[in-house]
Amino acid sequence: MEFHDTVRPAADGEDEMTVPASDARMHLVVVGNGMAGCRAVEELLARDAGRYRVTIFGAEPYVNYNRIMLSPVLAGEKSFDDIVINNRDWYADNGIELITGDPVSAIDRAARTVTSQSGRTVGYDKLLIATGSDPFIIPVPGKELPGVISFRDMKDVDTMLEAAGRGGDAVVIGGGLLGLEAAHGLTLRGMKVTVIHLMDTLMERQLDEAAGWLLKTALEARGQTILTGANTAEIYGEDKVEGVRLKDGRDIPASLVVMAVGIRPATALAREAGLDVNRGIKVDDHMVTSDPNVLAVGECVEHDGNVYGLVAPLWDMCRSLADGLTEQHSGYRGSVTSTKLKVAGLDVFSAGDFSGGEGCEDIVLRDASRGIYKRVIVKDDRIVGAVLYGDTVDGGWYFDLLRREENVAGIRDLLIFGQAFASGGGAVDPKAAVAALSDDAEICGCNGVSKGQVVSCIAKGAHSLDAVRSTCKASASCGSCTGLVETLLSLTLGDDVESGPRTMCKCTSFTHDDVRREIVAQGMKSIPEVLQRMNWSTPEGCSACRPALNYYLLCAWPGEYQDDQQSRFVNERMHANIQKDGTYSVVPRMWGGLTNPRELRAIADVVEKYNAPMVKVTGGQRLDIFGIRKEDLPAVWADLNAAGMVSGHAYGKSLRTVKTCVGSEWCRFGTQDSTGLGVKIERMTWGSWMPHKFKIAASGCPRNCAEATIKDFGVVCVDSGYELHVGGNGGIKVRATDLLCKVSTEQEALDYCAAFIQLYREEARYLERTAPWIERVGVDYIKQRIVDDGIGREALRARFLFSQSFSQDDPWAERAAGAHAELHQHIAEVRPMEIA
Amino acid sequence: MMIGDWLDIGPVDQITPGNARTLPVQGGEEIAIFRTKAGTLHALVNRCPHKHGPLSQGIVHGGIVTCPLHNWNISLTTGQALGEDQGCVPVIPLKVDAGRIFLLREAVLGKRAA
Repeated sequence: MEFHDTVRPAADGEDEMTVPASDARMHLVVVGNGMAGCRAVEELLARDAGRYRVTIFGAEPYVNYNRIMLSPVLAGEKSFDDIVINNRDWYADNGIELITGDPVSAIDRAARTVTSQSGRTVGYDKLLIATGSDPFIIPVPGKELPGVISFRDMKDVDTMLEAAGRGGDAVVIGGGLLGLEAAHGLTLRGMKVTVIHLMDTLMERQLDEAAGWLLKTALEARGQTILTGANTAEIYGEDKVEGVRLKDGRDIPASLVVMAVGIRPATALAREAGLDVNRGIKVDDHMVTSDPNVLAVGECVEHDGNVYGLVAPLWDMCRSLADGLTEQHSGYRGSVTSTKLKVAGLDVFSAGDFSGGEGCEDIVLRDASRGIYKRVIVKDDRIVGAVLYGDTVDGGWYFDLLRREENVAGIRDLLIFGQAFASGGGAVDPKAAVAALSDDAEICGCNGVSKGQVVSCIAKGAHSLDAVRSTCKASASCGSCTGLVETLLSLTLGDDVESGPRTMCKCTSFTHDDVRREIVAQGMKSIPEVLQRMNWSTPEGCSACRPALNYYLLCAWPGEYQDDQQSRFVNERMHANIQKDGTYSVVPRMWGGLTNPRELRAIADVVEKYNAPMVKVTGGQRLDIFGIRKEDLPAVWADLNAAGMVSGHAYGKSLRTVKTCVGSEWCRFGTQDSTGLGVKIERMTWGSWMPHKFKIAASGCPRNCAEATIKDFGVVCVDSGYELHVGGNGGIKVRATDLLCKVSTEQEALDYCAAFIQLYREEARYLERTAPWIERVGVDYIKQRIVDDGIGREALRARFLFSQSFSQDDPWAERAAGAHAELHQHIAEVRPMEIA
Repeated sequence: MMIGDWLDIGPVDQITPGNARTLPVQGGEEIAIFRTKAGTLHALVNRCPHKHGPLSQGIVHGGIVTCPLHNWNISLTTGQALGEDQGCVPVIPLKVDAGRIFLLREAVLGKRAA
């Protein structure tokens, strides 16, 4: 650590300085001609113009310009002259000596001098370091290739404009504000732009998942390709950049690569001068560093553990600095930051802490048709954070309430509607506000339903939300007026409101069926999209709705929907069954319950090799190996794979097992080859995701040794063919199957099975077994869809087989080959030493 | 801040948002380090107050993890069980510095849990 001062001999360049003999004022030397350095000087001049003689060193060959406005310059909306803050006259008028294009390269604190790159040495009484920050360059191969640049100064903009003039492909690494601005500018300049972002959410430091998704969708609509969760492996090219390769092997050609992954405080100069530096140059409340004659301000400093990269804190710092330099010490107390910006013309706002946490409550408003998302985070009746997308007019108001820590209990119910609504008219009771609405006030914007229509529909007998939805259509589309309709119900009926079917979870007023219908009708293809369009009241959903949505999307868009691992229960994420001690059990697939010496040997070897304390025969005719640690799972699977076995999906809401008896091949009573049929059914159905677990059995005669009549789908072979049974369950509530029909060929048995499974997949609610599903819809309905409607049956079967064409890859093999290794490995280990 | 008070666990990006990783401690209790979708990091003892389920394997939503064994919801910031359930799991003080995760040494070693 740098606590030793480097003491150098007094500079011999003393005589190079051109100090008028008459000027006995204190000399302030500013290192950095950027926004912070110049603002500090402006603040100082405003307080006491004559007090200091000022010299400013700048690394760039320009006067002070507004770095934030580089994006409009890139986009062609402004010229460099438009973004100049102080022109040469300002420096001259205020007697400031400006040295541009000559960065300071050393500070000698003992001699109180700075030396520039060109060798110029200048003495100071007070030194102000305002070196700002440097772009962070990710350490990948090819980062030095010509054509790889950052987005920090005017030179970078010039390089981008030159590249855009040649057209072609550009890659922007980093989906933060800067990266998206660069991407927007380059798109406007005619380049085909791909944004590579490591995180799943764009601008994840400013936006939550929902707002990030809206932004991504809007940018994609403008022709940009946005790759989230994308990790850059290398930048390649012969003697200039030719493209970017991702860690997953994808290859994106590019003649220009803009690296905009973040910034770091530029502290090298201060560090070499022996000043206290942590993440940034450490300063006190008056912006004084560890040397009382050296001050620092802006993005290069660390105050009270915080480093800032926004302009508002910088202005606060400059005020405190100037106060200190003129002996009117005010003291900087840190800044609460808000970000209100236009990203590529889209309005985005965030402030405070939106990560949620104990005691935090979210108030969420989503207006799907207008692309608006508003979220205010309240804790102890005070706003602690806000995220707005699409409509940011109330950002300033929320930020003001946040900063003033104002109690919002009194306006809480109307808070989310914004300042105009919450502060207007004193109508604080939302019920009173709804009651006060005129009869022709519009309640449901989607379907154009007025308050009068809703009330008359309630009067005519629609006594539940669902009844209102099905009669006058209010709240039946986007659902954002659900609260209003519910208020009208309670105003009109008092306590006589009937509660409708249970909603999916506390995050939504919609039922499972509503959500599924809309996923298909609106073509929604991701969880954030559903949460937004269907007005979820929580930003990320919960552990109840996320797995359900993941399943519904997977079922609706086979081969297209990208499975969200974070929305899967542990067993499906780990492809094994968690046990009470946190270890896992592993069940390899044994088709139809058949096995052979090779498989048995492999299982025996695994049991010994990994010290599995127990191995057990399951009710579904499999072998279950217990006590495997998560770290050992990939190796166990590799061993089982090597013997030809794949995942048994004993852990999934999926096809579990097909249980068989030996049938006509061995049994003296057997009527058909139930074992062979069972194997064929299992080959057809394995790997399919379902609303809940799904068990099948095939018995060779009515003695039914495979217990087919307590399975979700059971086949009982008879002399003349195959009886097909559905909806059995041997669990908590035993239910014998209903007879669906009898078919005469094995192929028909397979076809009906596929059709039945698909009907269950498409229409049952998540976590609803076939037994309660059939009790709910009635076996006649199932018969009508599967038996009576031949064309429908064939279509269901075809949809099932299409879906299966994407789902029969062994998940174990992928993991054994190294996929998602992070799920199986510890992040690190702690081995404490005695002298801790 | 003395470096010796904090244990450097490694870069933040070893944990993808919405996930958790485990940190076994020799002679102590295993720790689960969570990264929420919003990007915040939290560390808890990897043991549900209910029946000792490994919280690291639960679904993370908002600032909450749902235990994989019996769906108890545990606050990542306080370690408290939420809703009707009663119980608490120790929180390990965590800080992020220059993109790396640091845990308070004495809490990791079990001498003090906040």
